[in-house]
Amino acid sequence: MTSAQIDVLLVAIVVAAACAVPGTFLVLRRMAMMSDAISHTVLLGIVLAFFVVADLSSPILIVGAALVGLLTVLLVETVSRTGLVREDTAIGLVFPALFSIAVILISSLAGNVHLDSDAVLLGEIAFAPFNRFTPFGGDLGPIALWVMGAILVINLACTALFFKELKLATFDPALAAALGFSPALVHYGLMALVSVTAVGAFDAVGSILVVALMVGPPAAAYLLTDRLPRMLGLSIVIGAASAVGGYWLARLLDANIAGSMATVVGIAFLLVLLLAPQRGLVATARRRRRQRWSFARQMLLIHLATHEGTPAEADESRPDHMQRHMRWPPTFANRVVQTATERGLIVLEHDQLRLTPQGRETARVAVVS
Amino acid sequence: MDVLSDLFLDYTLRTVALGSAALGVVSGALGAFAVLRRQALLGDAMSHAALPGVALAFLITGSRAPLILMIGAAVTGWLAAVAIVSIVRASRIKADTAMALMLSVCFGAGLVVLTFIQRQPAAGKAGLDRFLFGQAAAMLESDVITMAAVGALGLLGVLVLWKEFKLLSFDPDFAASLGIPTRRLDVLLTSLLVIAIVVGLKTVGVVLMSAMVVAPGAAARQWTDRLGTMVTLSALFGAGAGVLGALLSTTAETSTGPTIVLVATGMVAVSLLFAPARGLVWARLRAWRSQRMLALEAVLADLAALAAQHGSDATHPHDVGALHAVRGRVVMQRALAELAAEGLAQRHDGGGWSLTAQGLAEASRLARTRRASGDAP
Repeated sequence: MTSAQIDVLLVAIVVAAACAVPGTFLVLRRMAMMSDAISHTVLLGIVLAFFVVADLSSPILIVGAALVGLLTVLLVETVSRTGLVREDTAIGLVFPALFSIAVILISSLAGNVHLDSDAVLLGEIAFAPFNRFTPFGGDLGPIALWVMGAILVINLACTALFFKELKLATFDPALAAALGFSPALVHYGLMALVSVTAVGAFDAVGSILVVALMVGPPAAAYLLTDRLPRMLGLSIVIGAASAVGGYWLARLLDANIAGSMATVVGIAFLLVLLLAPQRGLVATARRRRRQRWSFARQMLLIHLATHEGTPAEADESRPDHMQRHMRWPPTFANRVVQTATERGLIVLEHDQLRLTPQGRETARVAVVS
Repeated sequence: MDVLSDLFLDYTLRTVALGSAALGVVSGALGAFAVLRRQALLGDAMSHAALPGVALAFLITGSRAPLILMIGAAVTGWLAAVAIVSIVRASRIKADTAMALMLSVCFGAGLVVLTFIQRQPAAGKAGLDRFLFGQAAAMLESDVITMAAVGALGLLGVLVLWKEFKLLSFDPDFAASLGIPTRRLDVLLTSLLVIAIVVGLKTVGVVLMSAMVVAPGAAARQWTDRLGTMVTLSALFGAGAGVLGALLSTTAETSTGPTIVLVATGMVAVSLLFAPARGLVWARLRAWRSQRMLALEAVLADLAALAAQHGSDATHPHDVGALHAVRGRVVMQRALAELAAEGLAQRHDGGGWSLTAQGLAEASRLARTRRASGDAP
């Protein structure tokens, strides 16, 4: 690998980790679509701040973007609080409007500045290594790495410092309010982190990939664990792995890097959705199947136990009787009898199904519970 | 005026205006249902998911015919909607997460496919990047015809199943209890939303098309409580925003999609503020008026109470200084001036105030109605 490739990979990993932290809380608080809204509207902040400072590398741009991110949240809340439209409609109205203003402002600047809306939407991480951080003449690596590294540290520090507050406001906002933590303050603090992360990241990866990295890895982690710290850790790992995987996929296909990273995030989520040990679709389907057979066996045992020692026993215990009595299809009934025999719960004697002591005990427990 | 005369003479402008009108009518009418059914953000996810469809359709067929690209867009947009619903139904993932995930992943996949296209020597710049923000000026007559035809199909669907969709939008449980196949209708109405989105992709672009689905419906909702009126208004608003925005963007040379979206957003803002029954301005005005009426009635009651203490001489002048302290000087002075203007109170020489005979009658009438409604002190 060349040093430029290593730089790109490092930037990608740091971006993914920085996005995963606030993303975890967005997913838990059911505000994932706010990442979409904010990642679009921060463009307006950048443009407006650019009008003020006239310098594309100024840190004021990040401040402006974060402020417009908060403005987005505020506007959405103001519009939905009028009660005239629902919250989803409010989001769907506010962010396209702010984004449209930004696009029009940019196109009015066209030619004078290197700032175009396609680049902001799509990002171009491949150029990250060429913007070097060179204080006092020394070369300390790509600027993007430093910016995103700082944002990652800020995100981690804020999460660690306010972990208790974030956790409480996320899972039980009413209790948080009752205990004197302001859920509104936590909310806006989180939104500020989302805004800062979005603006820092989209220079490198574009706003749409910001959404993928903020939502995808936490969504996958959410299917793997019930513990918040573990979910945060898993999100970072899944995000970083998707970023690296996406980078190699892009090299393999010679395709857009941000696009293939988003694609790999999707693939990672799909894999987790299918294969997660507890909540995966495969595991759920297998559990359902197992439960169906075990329930059928229990029914068989209880049926036999009920008629054991009664005059009707000879008739009720014939294997072919199960099809009629339980309305089981023949193959299903045979399979139930077979598995119950294999487990030593029943035996077949003279065309009669007899409970073994173990089978009798299982039936008794099933009825009692 | 130049623009207006050009509209009828200039081929490009006429095409743009007709196309934008068609787009606005379709997305407005179908979007009204999306607003009512809380699918505003689903539209956003679907329009982003249309990008890989457009790119794949081009990659597979090599054709740039609008119908083929629209079909591609509709297929992936529809699949994304199905995927979102399935993920929510099959796992603990919530709808917002599923939508944001599908939106970004599909868009990313679309970018990957676009890079393949850009590498094809023959295709060169296929102009597919126009689908991000749209470009009305690039609209051809064949585009307009296709948009109108596809859109008409969507509108026809709504007309045929009007009653069912109405029930589904307002009371799905009741619809189900009537034996209406709600699940299938739900899928069908969501599929029609796909139509609303794909007709605008080339003009407005995938990024902002969701706004064209949401804004006209949200604006129309403010003016009426009847579904038929709302859908019609929404279509009109959509057409108005489309034509106005497209013409503005052509003359001012701004991107078409954002301009149309801003016009539509302006319509929403005006509707939220000034719509007759629900508008915020009128609501504020009503609140202010009823506040003033309450203050007036309170002062009337105060003066009546003072008069009652004087038994025989009901119109004896009273010093209202004490009332200033209770009600506030500004409120009192305004209330007294208004009462005097209506002939209910009078100012005596020496600065004292009392009710007139008419005022006394009004005060006792108010006291009676207040007792009758049970909130008497």
